[in-house]
Amino acid sequence: MIINIKAFGIAREIFGSTVVSISLPDTAVVADLLPEIKRLYPAMNKLSSFAIAVNGCYATNETALTAADEVAVIPPVSGG
Amino acid sequence: MADLNISITPEPLVAAQCIEWVMSPQCGGIDVFIGTVRNHTSGKTVVRLEFEAYESMAVSEMNKIALDAAARWDIQKLLIHHRTGVLAVGDIPVIIAVAAAHRDAAFAACRYIIDTLKQTVPIWKKEVFEDGEVWVAAHP
Repeated sequence: MIINIKAFGIAREIFGSTVVSISLPDTAVVADLLPEIKRLYPAMNKLSSFAIAVNGCYATNETALTAADEVAVIPPVSGG
Repeated sequence: MADLNISITPEPLVAAQCIEWVMSPQCGGIDVFIGTVRNHTSGKTVVRLEFEAYESMAVSEMNKIALDAAARWDIQKLLIHHRTGVLAVGDIPVIIAVAAAHRDAAFAACRYIIDTLKQTVPIWKKEVFEDGEVWVAAHP
């Protein structure tokens, strides 16, 4: 399946786009997405950390992914 | 249940309007936190800040924080407004206002809200200096 991933802040700059498409097995969970992001965009390895949000909530490694989900990369937040 | 007023906006934030919104005859105390753009970081002169939000999730996370605060402390009205876009030194990126019958609850809730917002709400700021720029907290 193809997952469209929104990117913000430094992740948007590293991706060079506000949305990127990543191909994953149909059974993929968040733990499968993380290494793929790091492989395609090595600069992500230099961040302090980054999280994945699925449908507007912070996901865990076990969160399942489908092509219909709204998926986003959340680099370290710095609001306020 | 506390009244909540939560928003993310590109428009300038006006402290007086926020304070007016939380005022209520049931409340004996209002605590307000106003974040302002500082002119320096680690000895470098800041030219401007650029704020970016994942708006739908940011509003949802701010709502969670507000509901948490309302569950933990006896507060009547609670406002969280955060700005996006390009801000100059002295501009206001965030205002939190909490009204409660008694001041202890207002102080505690206001502190909890700004501290938690900084940890969980998907908003990012880039500091632009005279000689470069950096996404705050992005790198170790």
